[in-house]
Amino acid sequence: MNFLSEIFKRRGLIVGPLLVAAMAVLPLIDFELPGIFPGPSSNPGTLQILALALLIGSLALSYHLLLGVAGLLSFGHALYFAIGTYGLAILLRQTDIALLPAMLIVGLVGLVVAAVLGRISLQVSGIAFAMVTLAFAQAGSVLIRRNSEITNGEEGLPINTANVPDYLVGVVNTKNLFWLALVIAVIAFLLVTWFEKSRAGHVVAATRENELRVRVLGIRPTRVKILAVVSAGVIATVAGMVYFVLQSTASPANISADLTLTLLVIVVLGGVGSRWGALIGGVIYMILDQRLTSLARAPELKELPEFLYIPLSEPLFLLGSIFILVVLFLPGGFAGLAKRFRTGKRAKLKELA
Amino acid sequence: MSDVILLLMTGLGLGALYFLIAGGLSLIYGLMGVLNFAHGSFLTVGAIAGWEISKLLGGDSWGVLLISMVVGALVGAVVATATELLLIRPLYLRHIEQALITVGLSLASVALFEGIWGVDPNYVSRPPWLIEVTKIAGALVPNDRFLLIGSAVLVLFGMLAFLRYTRFGLIIRAGVENRAMVQALGIDVRRAFTLVFAIGGAVAGFGGVLASQYFGYVSPHLGGNLLIFAFIVTIIGGLGSLVGAAIASVLVAVLQQFANFYLGGTGDLVIVVLLIVVLLTRPTGLLGKRAH
Amino acid sequence: MSDLSVLELKGLGLSIGGARIINDVSFSVPQGQMLGLIGPNGAGKTTLFNLISGLMMPTEGEILLRGKSLSKQSIEARSRAGIGRTFQTSSLFPGLSAFENVRLAAQVKIGGEISLFKFPTRKDEASILTKQCLDEVGLAQSQHETLAGVLSHGDRRKLEIAMLLAMDPSVILLDEPMAGVASADVPGLVEVIRGVHSSGRTVLMVEHHIEIVLGLVDKVAVLHHGELLALDEPSKVMANETVQSAYLGEKP
Repeated sequence: MNFLSEIFKRRGLIVGPLLVAAMAVLPLIDFELPGIFPGPSSNPGTLQILALALLIGSLALSYHLLLGVAGLLSFGHALYFAIGTYGLAILLRQTDIALLPAMLIVGLVGLVVAAVLGRISLQVSGIAFAMVTLAFAQAGSVLIRRNSEITNGEEGLPINTANVPDYLVGVVNTKNLFWLALVIAVIAFLLVTWFEKSRAGHVVAATRENELRVRVLGIRPTRVKILAVVSAGVIATVAGMVYFVLQSTASPANISADLTLTLLVIVVLGGVGSRWGALIGGVIYMILDQRLTSLARAPELKELPEFLYIPLSEPLFLLGSIFILVVLFLPGGFAGLAKRFRTGKRAKLKELA
Repeated sequence: MSDVILLLMTGLGLGALYFLIAGGLSLIYGLMGVLNFAHGSFLTVGAIAGWEISKLLGGDSWGVLLISMVVGALVGAVVATATELLLIRPLYLRHIEQALITVGLSLASVALFEGIWGVDPNYVSRPPWLIEVTKIAGALVPNDRFLLIGSAVLVLFGMLAFLRYTRFGLIIRAGVENRAMVQALGIDVRRAFTLVFAIGGAVAGFGGVLASQYFGYVSPHLGGNLLIFAFIVTIIGGLGSLVGAAIASVLVAVLQQFANFYLGGTGDLVIVVLLIVVLLTRPTGLLGKRAH
Repeated sequence: MSDLSVLELKGLGLSIGGARIINDVSFSVPQGQMLGLIGPNGAGKTTLFNLISGLMMPTEGEILLRGKSLSKQSIEARSRAGIGRTFQTSSLFPGLSAFENVRLAAQVKIGGEISLFKFPTRKDEASILTKQCLDEVGLAQSQHETLAGVLSHGDRRKLEIAMLLAMDPSVILLDEPMAGVASADVPGLVEVIRGVHSSGRTVLMVEHHIEIVLGLVDKVAVLHHGELLALDEPSKVMANETVQSAYLGEKP
């Protein structure tokens, strides 16, 4: 198709599929990355962490669609992730619907909620938009905590596997869930790319740059902004559903303000406006998050003086500190750094020639 | 009747805590345009400092409580001042980056608190009188409510007097109205920035000690839990308005208590709905002057 | 109203909190005319533009475009009806390329849904129109992929005009097109504006450089304290005594 070549011209066309193929064979081989992977790559523990990382990467991509593409600062994006985790958890527990139709229903719920709340919250802009979205997520959080007969409150709602196909249940099948997570990440990446390259994406980007000018051109910006909110919401919902199957529990942490803030941090670290930055940033963050806690128990680290040991064992401390340094000294995030490095190199080559 | 009085007093006490965070938050936003996510950590660090010093001194006397309040306020002020000088000032007037920095600081500081003091609540000792109750028109009101309300009222009037009667207060008030004009007059408004951070930090740190008295414990999430309500209060009251923050604090907290009691625990939900209604009908808040 | 008039203002007025910003302004602009709007600072020139393009709503009077009232319409609706404008400080999408800026306007003109399922390509109708417009204002090919935010002031102005050309509005409002442009770039820009006019378009222009206005326009309207003092051919307006005392007397 014609537009495909428009979308994936240059590097992405080669690097992307290669990367996906390399990831896809991981469960079949015993690739080791000491310190980063807890064991060989065919090990369910390793696959579990990688799958979680891919899903958080997808979630970060959906946040990139809001912040990087549409310029909307949301403090409540975790709401849609939690609609995914809790929606699927509740459907599987309360009804006899099979997994796939249940996922379709929950996805639809995410879409409708995003459309309705988007319509309301886009009445305001800037900090006020951030606050309204925070308030919506907070309301969701309250609903989850208060209705413990349905959501099991603070404990989190465990999965009911009666209607989940056998090949997605149990430690031996982690590799299938890993592949599922990989598919989700690829789809999320393609969808976000699609959005950015479409006419709607073009208008959304223009609205981010100068909303009044878009209106003076005769375009109503609200519609495309809602489109961005809905697309981001649906991607987050889908990521949430798979995350739930993988973790076997929907937990109140899925909707916390901290999760949204973490996404914000990931997207800014990766470089606002960079798809790869968001995806890779999400993946790296989740691997760090999963590994630092166990690394912190390593005997070598325990011997460090306390003032070094305590901060190093807290992933959020490291993330927050790195984030502060990047905002202060590295505008454009890591993607910006990579770009500068590349163009710098190219310029040098030209000089030599 | 006794229910109503108890709910009202509890709401006022909680409103006092909200105000002690929201007041500084609102001033900082009004003057500098910075949404300070680290403000909850200023409260937490004050609470922890107060708790540590009371452990050190031992006992549950009023004297110890008073000292820990002073220490909490001082530590809050020092941390806030350092934050402004080291992290906020280098990004002068770049509001989004400044807000992002405070997000990073809040994540990092809470994680650090967890690493050092653990995730579990640490229980504080309190002067015996605070745990007792006083009978008002049939209602048994815990005495700590009086301490909270009295302290918050003192802080409110102290801050208002500062804004009204001092040179810096005038600069801050003028800066909230029109920052560019203040600079055009040749006044270095950045000193006022540091000052509002110091004041906000002191008030939050002081509030931290009070919060630990009210809840009975200190935890790394003490400030973060209150911060969300303080944000809501700040928006409803109108960004930049101290009196607006005070009115909204009381409104939000009292409404929350009554809804929790009479509407089956829907207090938080009612507050969120109130925020949305205010934002959609009056985006500048109750007493807000300008939209950003 | 003459059948040929494109834009007509009827007793237009704006009061804010009791202050009269615009007071009973009426005039009509025939097809193909270029009308210069002059007056001292604070006379209400930009306000008048804001009223016409819908950024502000008039408290009295009416705005007619080809006989149809625009007074109650939104900004977007007026743009679609045929009002195109630029802003005093250049108003572009700084993070998008020059080509993308104009393409957005071309998209509106060509029509077609703004949807997720349509992709801009370099060969479609909107892109061809975009290229035409960029060529018409003389923005060099090498600049097409440059981000609008890093273009020179003069080129940004040209880019704005290219966006207007792509929209092909019935009436073009130019708000101080020379503001902030380096003096070396002014003659080139004047030629671009002259070209826009000579192709038969109806133009309203606010500009502080009087000599440029007088050299370009067919008619001049003088605003003072929100009122229309005079509207006539440039030479007659300059000879008008009221105008001289009210406006030219203050000329630096």
